[in-house]
Amino acid sequence: MSDRVAQILLDSFSKILIPGLAATIPLALISFAIALVIAIAVALVQYARVPVLTQLARFYIWIIRGTPLLVQLYVVFYGLPDFGIVLDPFPTAIIVFSINTGAYSAETIRGALESVPAGQLEAGYCVGMSFMQVMRRILLPQALRAAFPPLSNELIALVKDTSLAANITVLEMLMATQQIVSRTYEALPLYLEVAVIYLLFSTVLTWLQGVGERRLASFGMERG
Amino acid sequence: MAEDMLRLEGVHKAFGGVEVLHGIDLTVRRGEVVAILGPSGSGKTTLLRCANFLEHADAGTLTLGSERIDLAHATKREISEARRRTAFVFQSYNLFRNRTVLGNVTEGLVVARHMARAKAEAKARACLERVGMADRADAFPVQLSGGQQQRVAIARAVATDPEIIYFDEPTSALDPELTVEVLGVMRALAEDGMTMLAVTHEMTFAKNVADRVVFMEGGSVVTEAPAREFFEHPANDRVRAFLRTVAGA
Repeated sequence: MSDRVAQILLDSFSKILIPGLAATIPLALISFAIALVIAIAVALVQYARVPVLTQLARFYIWIIRGTPLLVQLYVVFYGLPDFGIVLDPFPTAIIVFSINTGAYSAETIRGALESVPAGQLEAGYCVGMSFMQVMRRILLPQALRAAFPPLSNELIALVKDTSLAANITVLEMLMATQQIVSRTYEALPLYLEVAVIYLLFSTVLTWLQGVGERRLASFGMERG
Repeated sequence: MAEDMLRLEGVHKAFGGVEVLHGIDLTVRRGEVVAILGPSGSGKTTLLRCANFLEHADAGTLTLGSERIDLAHATKREISEARRRTAFVFQSYNLFRNRTVLGNVTEGLVVARHMARAKAEAKARACLERVGMADRADAFPVQLSGGQQQRVAIARAVATDPEIIYFDEPTSALDPELTVEVLGVMRALAEDGMTMLAVTHEMTFAKNVADRVVFMEGGSVVTEAPAREFFEHPANDRVRAFLRTVAGA
């Protein structure tokens, strides 16, 4: 590696990392938090077989899982202005990532809910609890526990998918890298550098997942 | 004779066009222990589940004390009121897996009945004492044997001060030794005057603990009789055949 490339990598490190901390991470975490709320609601509607809403939930999941995330970003960012809806890039990315991850996580949580022995719901009814009381206090905690590893997967996937937001002019890590590449023409070293930073983020999340799983396991079960 | 605690009348239930209950009538008096016997598939469990709205009956009425409820058209309020006055013990225990033994018993008291936690815990411990599980109050269901889980489930049922407890084959998932400990708890409850309606395959329970036996087959009540009479003077050939089969088993 020439001194010039080494110098570029050194100089660019903070220029890539800062958008990473300022855009990539917030984009991923905020979207994931919203996605979880969507996912729980959509999973519950299906678990309880609420008429109409269940069909709507299936339709939502069908559309979102069946179309590319990049196309979804384009539809909202470049398409909706035709209807007078103009959103800034960052909020657009948050909305699209939330809705997208929400659809996948809804399926994860629905599957986890259905794996919780349903007799507990009947037992809850028989001691006088309502559906929502049993759901909130008994079934959902168990389902989220079971869903923890796949949900961690979805968060890690989302961190990397945020790079698509570069396509709608969000200044995140990939776009920051592209800007430096267009100035220096050192594509390979710089893209490898950003790849390493993504890997770093994912590694931290993987480690946090391990900590979370151990904690859930050592609790045995939640105290009540 | 004590007044009627529970009266089921004309209970009909079909699954997918096949009727499994052909208009069942059944009465349990206050303080009485009634055992429902009969071969598999006779509709015993379905009847019990209809009585607590775990299955939706197609027709029939439930009278709890003086409250009369249309099983097919009960309102949410009537259903929750009926469930609040009764309790259900399942074949597969159905303990809340994310709650301790104590938490399983307090859950319904605190959440559904808004009892203060300290009061609920004191009550739960007393109920666990009755079923011999007080020393395992902090254990989780996965750490218990089937018999222990079922005793906790019975404590959970008793804690809500039910007017009647439904038992759905409470010992069918247990080996003989664990069956004995659960039946012991049920016998003690019966001696304390608890009103009980139990679907069971335990002939010793039916013979020694139940006051009356209801014999079901093919979705109908074939006969009902005081327990002693049922076993000593079978009413008809069908009952005799059934008793021969279970005695041979």
